[in-house]
Amino acid sequence: MKHLTPINRKAARIAAAANPAPAGDVVALQEQGSGPPQQPEGPHIPLGCSLAFQPGWEADRNGGTAGLCSPVERDLFDCHLGCYWPAHVPDQLNHAPDWTSKCAAAQKDWRKIDLIFP
Amino acid sequence: MTILRLGEHHAFEAADQRYLYLVPSAAVFALDAPAGALIDALSDDPVSRTDLIARVSPQFPETDLDALLTELEQIHAVRPAAEPAPEMPAIIPLTPVESFPLTTAVLNVTNQCNLSCGYCYEYSEDKIVDTTNGAQPKFMTDETARKSIDLLFRESGEVKVVHVSFFGGETLMNYPVLSRAVPYAKAQAEAHGKRVEFNLTTNATLLTTKMIEFLAEEDISVTVSIDGPRDMQNRFRVFHDGSGSYDVMLPRVRELLQRHRSRPIGARVTLTSQVNDILGIYQHLTEEIGFQEVGFAPVTTSPGRDHALDGSGFDQMVTQFKALADEFLRAALAGQHHGFSNVSETLGEIHKGVSKAYPCGAGLGLIGVATGGDIALCHRFAGSDEHNLGSVTEGLDRGAQQAFLERNHIAHKTDCHTCWARPLCSGGCYHEAHTRYGTTTHPNLHYCDWIREWTDICLRIYGEIAERSPRFLNRFDS
Repeated sequence: MKHLTPINRKAARIAAAANPAPAGDVVALQEQGSGPPQQPEGPHIPLGCSLAFQPGWEADRNGGTAGLCSPVERDLFDCHLGCYWPAHVPDQLNHAPDWTSKCAAAQKDWRKIDLIFP
Repeated sequence: MTILRLGEHHAFEAADQRYLYLVPSAAVFALDAPAGALIDALSDDPVSRTDLIARVSPQFPETDLDALLTELEQIHAVRPAAEPAPEMPAIIPLTPVESFPLTTAVLNVTNQCNLSCGYCYEYSEDKIVDTTNGAQPKFMTDETARKSIDLLFRESGEVKVVHVSFFGGETLMNYPVLSRAVPYAKAQAEAHGKRVEFNLTTNATLLTTKMIEFLAEEDISVTVSIDGPRDMQNRFRVFHDGSGSYDVMLPRVRELLQRHRSRPIGARVTLTSQVNDILGIYQHLTEEIGFQEVGFAPVTTSPGRDHALDGSGFDQMVTQFKALADEFLRAALAGQHHGFSNVSETLGEIHKGVSKAYPCGAGLGLIGVATGGDIALCHRFAGSDEHNLGSVTEGLDRGAQQAFLERNHIAHKTDCHTCWARPLCSGGCYHEAHTRYGTTTHPNLHYCDWIREWTDICLRIYGEIAERSPRFLNRFDS
């Protein structure tokens, strides 16, 4: 506070509550780009994986999918690219190598993913 | 367009600095000149935000008044006029009441006294309990004292330090029981991994060298009820035959002060319409007798009694309190001790920012135990069926405690809701209210003006010390 000086201890607590220390930035889904990394590189852990138990990825607080903490589309790629669970996507090696070629960013372009029929 | 008004507060100045005491948060903030100007501009009527800034900006063209207003809103010194004041929440600290720990038990080890002070609330016309022919025994037994201590530890939850107070009657008339209760409580404290502290109130007329030795050895804080120089002490504090107690008490008090140095020995003075020379009494008790701390309280009595303080009596008291408080301030600025404990206690509460839902700890963390083992709100209600909270045998009646706390919460004292001094006063002493108005739930309206004036005096002293000698306030941090 610039104009008011807290004098007693209660005032100090109120001033601290009014100007909380800056909280850490949310870095989970941010791109690191060419700038300095937002967080140190760590092992790849798929976001929203039920095995990692991240509550909130299946359903939002209203039971829908509009307010998920990670977008549902994210796990589509995370599971078969970064992890060991390719069964839910088409066979990209032989049958459908281009099924995601029109989908540059899953969050934006997921509607462009091809429907594949075996 | 937001219309703004001032939040509840009390403004004061000290050492050329403007301060706000905010209600009900009890926070003290110092204002700079632009903040003061904004407060002044809002002091008459609610004003819109834009108008307010336009009014003040010619004076302070360089200041970001919008940001300043935001600061004032954050501390609730300025509020939207349309928004009602936040409601006072009741019973927040007490859920569940079972987990609310006891910290202090006041043991009325006897209801008998070797003096018959004319103003005594325990024996005079205003008494609540019949201590002469009533149901309570005249002396507490060892067993009841031990059960009281057991109950205190049992109900003390996570609290690490508990307090046992000995009270009367004249406490020392049951010296044998209290002298055995002390080592018992210490053993219990060790068994529970806690610490126990003791204090005792006495008229000092029965003190012996052996007792003084015990009090010093066991580190027991002592408060002596004493009214001042011989003529004032003997005005009310007399033996049953009417003879004064000053000459009996004095050599014993001197011996106590000389021998017992591990704890400050306090004097507690009762002010009446006849005994009210506060400066003279203070000087006598500190300089001539040697007390380190002196506290004053007006007599508790129903109105119209001969010794009751009336309006002019209160005015006179405040004038003298002010003079003695100025002495305290001079000492504090010079880094010296001053024993006017009414000031130091209030400064301590201001420093912490205490905002009370209840005037004191009675029935909250503190209980009184009557001679027979009945639990009461505090020592002043000991033995009263109407204010019973169980017994040391049956246990603390948490239901009665809850009911009492719900009834007596500041939220129900509507007279207090417009008073800026309520964070510190919260309606005042239950016993005083019971004596004056017949119920503990009634705020003590007869001394509101006095409380506000006294709180203002202490706030100014606090502001002055904060500005000129802030390190002095560190002593109130613990």
